[in-house]
Amino acid sequence: MPPLLEIRDLRTYYPIRRGVLARTVGAVRAVDGVSLAVEAGEAVGLVGESGCGKTTLARTILRLETPHSGEIRLDGVDVATLRGAALKAYRRAVQVVFQDPFASLNPRHTVLDLVTEGMLAHGLATPANRREAAARLLDDVGLSADLLDRYPHAFSGGQRQRIAIARALALGPRLLICDEAVSALDLSVRAQILNLLADLREKHGLAYLFITHDLGVVQHLADRIVVMRRGVVVESGPAEQVMARPAHPYTRELLAAAATPFH
Amino acid sequence: MPPLLEIDDLRVGFATDAGEIRAVDGVSLALQRGEVLGLVGESGCGKSALALAVPRLLPMPPARIEAAAIRLDGVDLATLSDHGRRGLRGRRIGVIFQEPMTALSPLHRIGDQLVEAIRLHRRLPRREARGEALDWLARVGIADPVQRLRAWPHELSGGMQQRVMIAMALVHDPDLIIADEPTTALDVTTQAQVLELMRRLRRGNSGLLLITHDMGVIAVMATRVAVMYAGQIVETAPSRELFARPGHPYTQALLAALPSAATRGRRLQAIPGQVPSPLAWPTGCRFRDRCSRAMPRCAAPPPLYTWGDGHEVRCFLAEMPGGAGDARGASRPPAEAPGSNEPSPAAAAPPG
Ligand SMILES: Nc1ncnc2c1ncn2[C@@H]1O[C@H](COP(=O)(O)OP(=O)(O)OP(=O)(O)O)[C@@H](O)[C@H]1O
Ligand code: SF4
Ligand SMILES: [Mg+2]
Repeated sequence: MPPLLEIRDLRTYYPIRRGVLARTVGAVRAVDGVSLAVEAGEAVGLVGESGCGKTTLARTILRLETPHSGEIRLDGVDVATLRGAALKAYRRAVQVVFQDPFASLNPRHTVLDLVTEGMLAHGLATPANRREAAARLLDDVGLSADLLDRYPHAFSGGQRQRIAIARALALGPRLLICDEAVSALDLSVRAQILNLLADLREKHGLAYLFITHDLGVVQHLADRIVVMRRGVVVESGPAEQVMARPAHPYTRELLAAAATPFH
Repeated sequence: MPPLLEIDDLRVGFATDAGEIRAVDGVSLALQRGEVLGLVGESGCGKSALALAVPRLLPMPPARIEAAAIRLDGVDLATLSDHGRRGLRGRRIGVIFQEPMTALSPLHRIGDQLVEAIRLHRRLPRREARGEALDWLARVGIADPVQRLRAWPHELSGGMQQRVMIAMALVHDPDLIIADEPTTALDVTTQAQVLELMRRLRRGNSGLLLITHDMGVIAVMATRVAVMYAGQIVETAPSRELFARPGHPYTQALLAALPSAATRGRRLQAIPGQVPSPLAWPTGCRFRDRCSRAMPRCAAPPPLYTWGDGHEVRCFLAEMPGGAGDARGASRPPAEAPGSNEPSPAAAAPPG
């Protein structure tokens, strides 16, 4: 059986433009030949320094960037060939939670709007039953339905992240991409959200692509670890193996730098 | 000998539309020469306000700083003139910020800024100062220092900017270095390099006040730790002692909540609820509504109890022999010296 998500030799370049005519004079090879796979229900941790191409990779998988070359396959089907309903289904299947999702969202939308926006667009809820659907989702992420009519600015970081997760779950995804989703959270709240993500994985059989620079998080939850550096994957393997016997010097450096208080 | 830095009952408030924020609410602490004191706590607990109140780098207003005393080598900074106090900054107190661009000017080349910093407190010919600036760039591990002297700040990566700022803070070989989240904005590997640099370049008998929310950074750097919660210090201890025998339920919970290889396949012990709002700190123990061991008496504010050698805990459990066991359930023998369970003098001022 093909993996849930498979990426083959993916390349995403950003053009560098110069001069008044903005002529393209070169390219930043943000993602430069990445291959990886996520099995159904699996948690893959993608680690690497900022600027190594992690977020570009996520954006390319989400089809927010067009790859220069390479393939993205869901259940073995090349995403580039998808049109119409099949493309819509792909967009539902792969959802994302960013570091601060509310930074880019309309502050005049209530939680109800935010959580059900996608459902309405995809025909998964109607104006008549969306309140009920939203209440169920909030319950899923440990928030009270009383909050449905509030605006995002009234929430703490942890609550916002729960709302963002509810918003992603609304479309019934099979893969959740978490791009530094807990990095901005307070230590005490980070643990709450990590536990929530573990619960949701159990409950919905979700797969995760967990993008982070925090090795502690990856060591805690990943089944497999993929290490990225300067646009390429330098090492990947079962988490236990990568942690116990890192093969690449860069992985060793990362592990050594991730000092924990409990030596 | 007096401690290098002694803060006595510091209060920092910020005037806001919604009312006064009591960001720092009665903090006393001492930093000895040669010591690295790590100040940890979650966002908004008042770490930066505390640290920046010492060199008076807070904007006033909205900030209001009050303290019984802030002493450097026994000299109360309040008795100094503005001029005298300004002279301390840079020369005797070096400050490193989280965001290098708060300290670097985008309008001047790296070299000029370093030369300026050097000449601020020393009458040196420009050329000599330039030579020194060059040495510093090399010392903080910047490749091609001659070239880099002419660089603009934005041409440097975050890690390199941070190195330049460290150089700026250290050019006068200060007695006290205050570093506010110096590596939070950096990648893990760069972070390790910058920490190593700070450790190596610091004169052995200077003192470092290192602010962070990262327990990993504390573990690598600090000789002593102060844990802050809701504007107050809730625990101080030698760093090893803190990790081995955390005394305050908040410290215990924070350590238990850290994801790591050791927590694989298990649920993390999350702390329920949220960090309280500084506009209205909870009455009594400020951790009460999140504490799994709260008791009726916690409705009153607990003082700081001495709980061992150099170990202080702001929790009523510390008063009961063996009461404040660690998170794993082991209990600690009663404090050694009889009477050491009395509230320490530092706690004499009631919080709030
Ligand atoms: N200039 C200011 N005006 C108003 N309020 C402020 C100002 N600076 C800080 N505060 C408030 O004072 C409180 C303490 O802030 P402080 O910056 O000391 O926290 P911190 O512990 O350093 O947090 P972080 O980990 O996020 O840096 C916060 O509630 C903050 O919003
Ligand atoms: S004083 Fe009471 S509420 Fe506060 S930390 Fe100790 S046991 Fe918990
Ligand atoms: Mg701060």
